[in-house]
Amino acid sequence: MPVKRVQKTPMPERDAVLRSHDFGEVNEGYGIAHAQFEAERCLRCQDPICIDGCPVRVPIPEFIHEVAKGDMRRAAEVLRSSNPLPAVCGRVCPQEVQCEEQCSVGIRFKPVAIGYLERFVADWEMEQSDIDITANLHRDEKVAVIGSGPAGLVCAGELARLGYPVTIFEALHAPGGVLRYGIPEFRLPKDVLDWEIEQLKKLGVEIRCNIIIGKTITMDQLMGEMGFKAVFIGTGAGLPSFMGIPGENLNGVYSANEFLTRVNLMRANDFPNADTPVMVGKRVAVIGAGNTAMDTVRTALRVGAEHGLIVYRRSVEEMTARVEEHQHAIEEGVEFHWLTNPVEILGDEEGWVTGLRCIRMELGEPDESGRARPVPIEGSEFVMPVDNVVLSIGNKPNPLLLQTTKGLEANKWGCLVVHDGTSETSRERVFAGGDAVTGAATVILAAGAGKNAAAEIHQDLCANAS
Amino acid sequence: MAKILEKRRLTPITQLYKVDAPLVAKAARPGQFVIVRVREGGERIPLTIADYDREAGVLTIVVQEVGTTTRYLGQLEVGDEILDLVGPLGMPLEIPVEGHIVGIGGGFGSAALLCLMRELRARGDRTTIINGAREKDLLILNEELAEVCDNLELCTDDGSAGFHGLVTERLQQLIDGDGPGRPDFVVAIGPMPMMRAVTETTRGKEIPTLVSLDPLMIDGTGMCGGCRVTVNNEVKFACVDGPFFDAHQVDFEEAVRRNKMYVRQEQESKDRSDCMKLAVGQD
Repeated sequence: MPVKRVQKTPMPERDAVLRSHDFGEVNEGYGIAHAQFEAERCLRCQDPICIDGCPVRVPIPEFIHEVAKGDMRRAAEVLRSSNPLPAVCGRVCPQEVQCEEQCSVGIRFKPVAIGYLERFVADWEMEQSDIDITANLHRDEKVAVIGSGPAGLVCAGELARLGYPVTIFEALHAPGGVLRYGIPEFRLPKDVLDWEIEQLKKLGVEIRCNIIIGKTITMDQLMGEMGFKAVFIGTGAGLPSFMGIPGENLNGVYSANEFLTRVNLMRANDFPNADTPVMVGKRVAVIGAGNTAMDTVRTALRVGAEHGLIVYRRSVEEMTARVEEHQHAIEEGVEFHWLTNPVEILGDEEGWVTGLRCIRMELGEPDESGRARPVPIEGSEFVMPVDNVVLSIGNKPNPLLLQTTKGLEANKWGCLVVHDGTSETSRERVFAGGDAVTGAATVILAAGAGKNAAAEIHQDLCANAS
Repeated sequence: MAKILEKRRLTPITQLYKVDAPLVAKAARPGQFVIVRVREGGERIPLTIADYDREAGVLTIVVQEVGTTTRYLGQLEVGDEILDLVGPLGMPLEIPVEGHIVGIGGGFGSAALLCLMRELRARGDRTTIINGAREKDLLILNEELAEVCDNLELCTDDGSAGFHGLVTERLQQLIDGDGPGRPDFVVAIGPMPMMRAVTETTRGKEIPTLVSLDPLMIDGTGMCGGCRVTVNNEVKFACVDGPFFDAHQVDFEEAVRRNKMYVRQEQESKDRSDCMKLAVGQD
């Protein structure tokens, strides 16, 4: 019988002062006792609407029931049958606006901690030495996946499970896409990511790094002489936006992508043991208030900044970061400057950043996004002394593939156009999903898109085989 | 991984490598570059493609040992693998003008003129290369460059070979009608001060000029934005929009300043790699 308890079983976390100086994971994860205690709260609803909130449709009550019973092996099987990246999703999904928002317990109490339980089960699985995944590639049709971010990994995993030989092409020297270069170690340890990718390789997925489709190999070569029968494009949204204000090319100004890549992919936090440096002064201002901005400002503190500042033109209400990330940032001493819009980055005579000229804002009528429009308050300009400015105001899809591929249609924002409700692009047998289609969104939406595309590719190839 | 097939020392600090990279060699076009990483924890650095042999699948790169990564690369021998090599990146060079095309190479930059000038000559242009260096022993690839163009002009600052003076002085003579004559188009590849001087030499003379910018890069695919340069008052990413830009529109001052962003760290890293070399030597 489900047990009625108002509160979620809290996630054990490392002390904020200690953790804000290293890259160790913030959340320590449930132990078996926490997990079973929390799993008891699930009502096992007749109509489990929590699943509707999940882009990859994890059979949530089913795996939680196995946890409650103590059959972790079965829980892991259930979880993995629908989500090829459970250890990643259990850590980075915004559950509060997905499965947990739907959870029936949440109507009166705090919802079941579905995300924490997902992570627990995946971590349990990671520790087992006797779980064997084997490849069973019985289909003849080769499928190519472009990009090894969440969309590509999930699509490849699903296709391999269906028996297709899949090759993922990755531009960087290591796979994972934004999970590798974007999300910091303290939220998603690289060994967790490596383990997830290892599981996909065991399923038979081949990953070829250092290949840029559109540059090293064209789409035509891929589908022609190389013999791939279908292609999934999961190239993400990796083209950083800048504000267009004066001073953006001063020394000490970064895009969030560059700042995070230097640390996450190139290990600048370990300079000079690693060869890539990152320039961090005492005061680092991060512009924006999404998850990437939180990752960036918290990373800045960990690589030596004394003050990490979030500068955002809207208020805390309109912030797009997850509640948990915001909370962790507060605990770690991040300073928030809401309703503050940068208008110019100031520099010294040698071209180094010295400050950020901002103007105070107030909220007006709702804009096209439905959020209150920030309006400048006349005469409220002031200068915030800072040593670095990092822009985290969004990304557009990368145009490299489009530049060299005929027949691929994109909209005015550079997002690939797909037929309504499907993953089909304007080019035959070419499918797309994730940020490359939607513009910058979340890991789990990309994963869901990858999963849907895999099903469509399977359907398409089956229809054409007969 | 890309195996080193041939390694040749061109000057005390410049090496030529031929590497086994069939996919890149097949796709490469003049003006493009690759990004390499030579060890775990190593940087990603852009290197201009000097030449390629599509059939053999061989790529030629010329590297000056100036920083940590290029020096680690210098320690690799024939048969060793370059850990990561990706490309071809950037936009291929487009020379919209036909006629007398002058390619100017300074230092190890001249290497990149190999494939470009060969292609231009093949399409029917009259081609001149001005190959410049401080002194005779630092001039590279004279024989190879002579083979791919109609006129090879050598320049040394000290007069130890060819014209005694800067490449821009020789360029001015050409503009004035000397030797192979006035250029219809100029492409300059080399150190920033030299490219800047070339730009000023052709400015206002109706000689379109392209320069190859080499800002700091990480991914080389437009993802990080670290390589942004200002051209014609617009921000461009050198990795995807370049590396060649209209010289007369480039904000050189900003480009030079941005390239110096990590001078202190580069020195620290270099000193450290020196010490590690010494430590190895003492074993």
